[in-house]
Amino acid sequence: MGLIKAENVHKRYRVGETVIHALKGVSLTIGGGAFVSIVGPSGSGKTTLLNLIGCLDRPSEGRMTVAGTDVGGLGRRQGADFRGKNIGFIFQDFNLIPVLTVYENIEYPLLMVQDVPAPERSERVSALLREVGMEEQSNKRPDQISGGQKQRVAVARALVTSPALVLADEPTANLDHDTAYQVIELMKRMRDTFGTTFIFSTHDPKIVGEAEVVHTLEDGRLTGTRNAKEAGHEQAG
Amino acid sequence: MSKLVKIAVRNLLRYKRRTLLTASLITLGVVFVLVFASVTGSFKAMMIAQNTDSMLGHLQVHRKGYVASIDSLPLNLNLRGGAIGRLEKILDAEPEIAAWSPRIKFGAMFSTFVETTSIRLNGIDPDRELEAVPLLAGRVVEGEKTLARGEIWVPELLVRGMKVKVGDMVVIVATNQDGSVNGRQFNVAGIMESATGPGGRDGYIHIEDAAEVLRLEEREISEVAVRLRNFSRLAAVSARLEGLLAAEVNQQGRPIFEVHTWEKLSPFFNIARMIDVMTFFMKLMLIAIVLVSIMNVMIMAVYERIREIGTIAAIGTRPGRILAMFLLEGLSLGVAGAVLGNIVGTVIILVLNAVHITYDFGRQKDLVVQAAVDPADLLMLSMIVIVISVVASLQPAFKASRMEPIKALRHV
Repeated sequence: MGLIKAENVHKRYRVGETVIHALKGVSLTIGGGAFVSIVGPSGSGKTTLLNLIGCLDRPSEGRMTVAGTDVGGLGRRQGADFRGKNIGFIFQDFNLIPVLTVYENIEYPLLMVQDVPAPERSERVSALLREVGMEEQSNKRPDQISGGQKQRVAVARALVTSPALVLADEPTANLDHDTAYQVIELMKRMRDTFGTTFIFSTHDPKIVGEAEVVHTLEDGRLTGTRNAKEAGHEQAG
Repeated sequence: MSKLVKIAVRNLLRYKRRTLLTASLITLGVVFVLVFASVTGSFKAMMIAQNTDSMLGHLQVHRKGYVASIDSLPLNLNLRGGAIGRLEKILDAEPEIAAWSPRIKFGAMFSTFVETTSIRLNGIDPDRELEAVPLLAGRVVEGEKTLARGEIWVPELLVRGMKVKVGDMVVIVATNQDGSVNGRQFNVAGIMESATGPGGRDGYIHIEDAAEVLRLEEREISEVAVRLRNFSRLAAVSARLEGLLAAEVNQQGRPIFEVHTWEKLSPFFNIARMIDVMTFFMKLMLIAIVLVSIMNVMIMAVYERIREIGTIAAIGTRPGRILAMFLLEGLSLGVAGAVLGNIVGTVIILVLNAVHITYDFGRQKDLVVQAAVDPADLLMLSMIVIVISVVASLQPAFKASRMEPIKALRHV
């Protein structure tokens, strides 16, 4: 059984008087330790799918199972607990907390979500700072570091709780190509080191090429699942 | 916890100017209430002390019905015979009473042989009286501060009008209960400063001289002034005394005695109450200031950090924790305002005391403001500010904790 299983998932939401049918019967399975990309044009439902996998939203229809749990049935608090234990998030705009230092941003989930004791927090944060190459910047605030460095910190923050899954919605959209590539490489290395499943959405064909599995969404439907090289060449073409 | 406080403080310092303005507003409110309460408290304490320590005593015991007719100083409502003995026994047995003093009060004619006017007189046992109302002697502005038999302390206003001076002989003429008129010469031993309040313009003679002038055939007293060891126990002791004296009834089975605290005898109690009411309203204003300013800051904080709230909620922060984070911010702001307000307020009060500000109260001139910093006031004000800070943060904090992460993350 895969880490993630979507079974005929539909998502409808209302914008004013209009009902948007964002996902139309998506079914997929993603295994543990995978490095997966979800691609598709704007409005295809990539973010909606990531939100459902990430337990930030509930399917209107169908079933979404993550790590053996039907996440569609979780309440507000159970959802928070589930995310805090099983899922790490990387955001397009980095979403670091501006009043905290690099160190404190990475420490935050351990302190506020998992109540990890101070010595263990220190050990885990220091280890991740080393892994993402941000030791030197640990006392800096987010506004004192570059976009690439911010995303490195975001990767470390997502991994610090040792989640089974990290979701990254357009993690490289605000980065130049080289930096974007470095961030993806970092994510891949982290997958190799920690065995964490990474799922990221992107538009960038070169970045897509780094994924091992690529799911393509079009107009809310999953239109293909293929290996990375193939998808990268097709989109580049 | 220290980390949470650190995060809260940093979040507050994110918008330094706004936080500074809000903290200053709270500080100003605390300072204002503290200084107001201390200065008016000084005035109130002086006023109560003037009333109780130089005239009334902390409480008084009369024969039932006397106070209702006190303006006419009715001799027929004096306490007599066995009732006095029973009263004295009860007062002597009460451990919380420091001193008590019997008085005979009556109206009389005051004559300098040239001119005559009316006077209200208190017949007192000087030693006992000075124990029960220790500031009485302080009102003797000229002459002897002790009163012997055959001597009179004359109120200042009468002295001025009648051109009397210390050492002069005057005549006191009084009508007793039976209508019999009697007079006696007195030596003016002292001139008394008038005090604002009931009995503040009375003259004083020895209680035995009073009995002689009134030709009392047995021992009589109009009232007993009582001083307590601890003024703050007034209500409790008064209630206990009332209970004990209620058991003393006349032949018709009606109570003989009535007990009145200074509050029921002096119109200045209403001023004291007004001061309390004003202080209460000042505190209400402080509550409003704290409530509005902190609520404003916290609403802004939540609105400006919606995406941040979405982020922390997405990574698994429980709604309760988000609520606590914002409450802690409001609490920190309140604590800062309260601490600063207490410090600044205390310093201002110390400065006010150091510069010796004077004021007049009635005929009393140059009374010095002695504002006291009451630790209980500091504690209560701090508690008000802190509790209201948390209350004011509740709505915004609750709103933050209830945000759907997905909607918050989409917020622009």
